[in-house]
Amino acid sequence: MRVVIMGCGRVGATLAAMLSDDGHEVTVLDVRADAFRRLPASFRGKRHIGNGIDQDVLARIGVGEADAFIAVTQGDNRNTMATQMAKHIFGVPRTLCRIYDPIREEMYRKLGLETISPTIVGATLLKELLDRPKHGGDTGEGG
Amino acid sequence: MYVIVVGGGKVGYYLAKELLAENHEVLVIEQDSAKCERIAEELGDIVLRGDGCEAATMDIAGFGRADMVIAVTGDDEDNLVSCQVAKTMFNVPRTVARLNNPKNQEIFRLLGIDTTVSATAAILAQIEQELPTHQMIRLLGLARGLELVSLKVPAEAGVVGKELGGLLLPHGSLIPLIVGKDGAPHIPAPDTVIHAEDEIVAVTNTENEEALRTILTQP
Repeated sequence: MRVVIMGCGRVGATLAAMLSDDGHEVTVLDVRADAFRRLPASFRGKRHIGNGIDQDVLARIGVGEADAFIAVTQGDNRNTMATQMAKHIFGVPRTLCRIYDPIREEMYRKLGLETISPTIVGATLLKELLDRPKHGGDTGEGG
Repeated sequence: MYVIVVGGGKVGYYLAKELLAENHEVLVIEQDSAKCERIAEELGDIVLRGDGCEAATMDIAGFGRADMVIAVTGDDEDNLVSCQVAKTMFNVPRTVARLNNPKNQEIFRLLGIDTTVSATAAILAQIEQELPTHQMIRLLGLARGLELVSLKVPAEAGVVGKELGGLLLPHGSLIPLIVGKDGAPHIPAPDTVIHAEDEIVAVTNTENEEALRTILTQP
């Protein structure tokens, strides 16, 4: 699968490495060159410097031929705009979008984007962890 | 009309000032406290400090009863999201977005933003107008994918000397105004003859822009 990941932060870089290890053709896009330091040496995909909400940049890095586009920059609005461009202008079959704000996340989900809110997911996981009785002493195994 | 302006920079400030002068109810949303203070000092209590893309702030601002939302921040992504949330969650009847990158016009239109305004495109059009080319100039984006364009008929064009009614214009295109070489504007009739260097102002949709240009310029 050809995957374009916009944003090479912790999540973007980790995901890029995972997909690359699985044999996918991965392209990572970030506005800052030093963001690519987060990618492991084993990463075999492409690195591009550029702004993902610029249509020309998306065209240049081949978003039109991608099977999936994943937006994971720090900005909710940048993510939703780039995702909608990938979906509506470039016709990418799968577009995934990270949106921190749960309200906006719900809205864009209703508008047909595949979205995830780490705020809700993170809080839910932490609550489940707290609700679960601790066992196995202090080794941390119980978590 | 109740108009909400998202972004209190230079564009937002002067826009709010003009709208107030026309007796509209105006609210400016701005994140920067210094900009908020300046607006409050000069234009009065019409400013709300906050994020114009966040539903909670938008609720307090009264987006639900707004007649129009105009997003004029320096970031296209913020203007897009403001307008999308205004439309989707608050059913605002009319949304206007400022474009910093003129290329974003297409995606904004696809996503249902009613009107886009690009200073960059306007300045470019103005410069192009000063140049002796046969380019079609976009004057204004209208609703539903239509636009107002202008074009100077070159001397070698095949349409020179022909009647307007005899031209086969692309579907959805029409010519409401012709400005003669002497600068006199007139509303054309079917028997109006096209002259070299007439400036033709036309309404067309984006898809047919190139076809219209070809008809009016090809030898």
